[in-house]
Amino acid sequence: MTKTKIATKGLDWSYAPAPESADHFQLKGQYGLFIGGKFFPASSGKRFPTINPATEKILAHVAEAGAKDVDQAVRAARVAYEKVWRKMPGRERGKYLYRIARILQERARELAVVESMDGGKPIRESRDVDIPLAAAHFFYHAGWADKLGYAFPGKMVQPLGVVGQIIPWNFPLLMVAWKVAPALACGNTVVLKPAETTPLTALLFAEICQEAGLPDGVFNCITGAGATGAALVNHAGLDKVAFTGSTDVGKAIQKSLAGRSTKLTLELGGKAANIIFEDAAIDQAVEGIINGIFFNQGHVCCAGSRLLVQESVEKEVVAKLKARMAHLIVGDPLDKNTDIGAINSKGQRDRIRDYLKFGQEEGAELFQTSCSIPQKGYFIRPSFFTKVAQSHRIVQEEIFGPVLAIQSFRTLDEALEKANNTPYGLSGGVWTDKGAKIFKVTRGIKAGVIWANTFNKFDPSSPFGGYKESGYGREGGRHGLRAYLECL
Amino acid sequence: MSSSLAVSTKLNLQAHPVDEVGIRERVARLATRSIKKASKVEGLKLALSMVDLTTLEGADTPGKVRQLCTKAIHLHSGRKDLPMVAAVCVYPTMVRIARETLQGTPIQVAAVATAFPSGMNPLAVKLADTRYAVGEGAHEIDMVISRGDFLRGEYQRVADEISQVKEACGKAHLKVILETGELGTLDRVRLASDLAMQAGADFIKTSTGKIQPAATPEVVLVMLQAIDDYYRKTGKRIGMKPAGGIANAKAALNLLIMVREILGPAWLTPDLFRIGASKLPNDMLMQLEKERTGVYQGLDYFSND
Repeated sequence: MTKTKIATKGLDWSYAPAPESADHFQLKGQYGLFIGGKFFPASSGKRFPTINPATEKILAHVAEAGAKDVDQAVRAARVAYEKVWRKMPGRERGKYLYRIARILQERARELAVVESMDGGKPIRESRDVDIPLAAAHFFYHAGWADKLGYAFPGKMVQPLGVVGQIIPWNFPLLMVAWKVAPALACGNTVVLKPAETTPLTALLFAEICQEAGLPDGVFNCITGAGATGAALVNHAGLDKVAFTGSTDVGKAIQKSLAGRSTKLTLELGGKAANIIFEDAAIDQAVEGIINGIFFNQGHVCCAGSRLLVQESVEKEVVAKLKARMAHLIVGDPLDKNTDIGAINSKGQRDRIRDYLKFGQEEGAELFQTSCSIPQKGYFIRPSFFTKVAQSHRIVQEEIFGPVLAIQSFRTLDEALEKANNTPYGLSGGVWTDKGAKIFKVTRGIKAGVIWANTFNKFDPSSPFGGYKESGYGREGGRHGLRAYLECL
Repeated sequence: MSSSLAVSTKLNLQAHPVDEVGIRERVARLATRSIKKASKVEGLKLALSMVDLTTLEGADTPGKVRQLCTKAIHLHSGRKDLPMVAAVCVYPTMVRIARETLQGTPIQVAAVATAFPSGMNPLAVKLADTRYAVGEGAHEIDMVISRGDFLRGEYQRVADEISQVKEACGKAHLKVILETGELGTLDRVRLASDLAMQAGADFIKTSTGKIQPAATPEVVLVMLQAIDDYYRKTGKRIGMKPAGGIANAKAALNLLIMVREILGPAWLTPDLFRIGASKLPNDMLMQLEKERTGVYQGLDYFSND
């Protein structure tokens, strides 16, 4: 009874390229500033290119707003606020938000592709996470527009006025939604400044506002870099500033608003601890590490960038993490099989490389996968450090890239101490099969969002925001409405 | 049913908690892999070479088994580039006919035994069933575990039974069917996988095909992770066989993606991965014909066996 071998060795079967097509829409060569419902060039005539970080090719030129343009945008927002938006009944405002939400869904494919081209994130994420969540935020807040009187029992609510909003490059359209949807639902008007490396989906969003018939001036979009943002923050006509971005810029904004009656909410950096206990479902925890640090190339303020793993399972977790990372596909963001796309900009790529150097210089041990990466464009292989100490820069500072710092712990108290020993307090994660331990850990970590047995989950109804140097104010849910309302 | 234990397994069952939410998310992410063009053709051919072409009906006739065996050799008329399937899977009384029909081919003959599909018979009967199938010429035995004993927590008894059947198999390969549709939770699927591997299974297999749900991606993922852990601990490669409810070519390709990303390419061989199916090959053939000609052909162009 001999068994004839059919094949003796496994087949190295691999995936052929599966690129999402980008020929179903046409980007314009240049985009203006969206002020009072129309597009204008910058008054200075200045413009700057936005490039595809995966190919280093220019996608379009975008107007660079100066102080004069900023002033016009704020005035347009003020007029719209006084004449139209604040007077409009909530149920009417809600209709516009519903309309925007539906157009976001209708144009989802185009928006996803542009998001991936402009920002470098894999199409799998822009298609399955960014765009659907952006639409969900508009649907959610559209529902609130005519129910604000019930949001805070015993309180009368009214809008704040004109809101200046500055958003980062890691989730360009999703951050538009997080900022704009609650502001408009609550009856405010908006001047938005998207990040200079990723302005395109915000400008497409401006087109969507036109398509939805949103009254002129309710939403204004001015593009530019730091100087444009500073001009916006310093404009005396704002009732509120909402900022998401780095802690350094957040502190500068806080200084420039000191002594003014302008309200402020900040959503800043993070250095989240992802804590894995020995009784966790290890394979799912490893997947959680992957989602925690390699989602969106690690350009996530709430990324699980510090892994704290109980010493009895450290070896197993690290071995499995390596095996899992070997299957991460780094490359063309438009390929449907890509797990990790391009680093958002050359500057960010260089910053991450610096941290890879710091880590090694300070004595930590670097592991990177051996996957191939494209010649052109800004790419970094998924990486982690072991033999890491609490005092290392890679543990203390936010890297904002696909770089994980792994530390071990023995007791729950030690894990909590390490988790909290950071100037940040945005998010955290805990992995254990024991319910009681989940509650003990989540109560012990000072952070705005803590995930148990999962990571990087977002929902419009769930508030998001930080403690300590991760900022203040909440976005999403009833808590998020509060940031855009005066409660009397 | 107290046959003396000639062989016994020293079980070392450790807790490996499984998080169902996490498993579902991993399954969903694996399913986003997009398999196109050359890798689709290569994947479908690979999957066909891993099929255990199965007929397990009370109404099976020698004629039907012969027809199935012919299909196993010649999957589709006019195409010389297709592999043969890995094995034909039948009831013990059909083994001889299958062996005769498959004479001279590398296709294995697998027989279900041990009071398939319920396993509700004494061990002595199960061992006799196994010995009979092996005596008829089966290269592989697909046994079922005693789910009742397992669910009652009598793990040692279940393990010993597997060891005994393994001994009765002689040189025949042993696939142990967990019948995951009757186990209830993924934690139990994991425990049963660990138990079966420690007791001497060459393959672990999801289902009989007689109970739903059968080879769900969630169950397959948990079993693959158990195989991975067993390999890390012992260096022994255990095979995997999902069977039952694998609806179409896409589902089959998804299985290959899971094997590739959980266990690695070393498992992408019929020696270590099988797909139990009866209707599935025709959908894969239809996809292959579509890749070749650019158009889908009607079902009438594919033989029903």
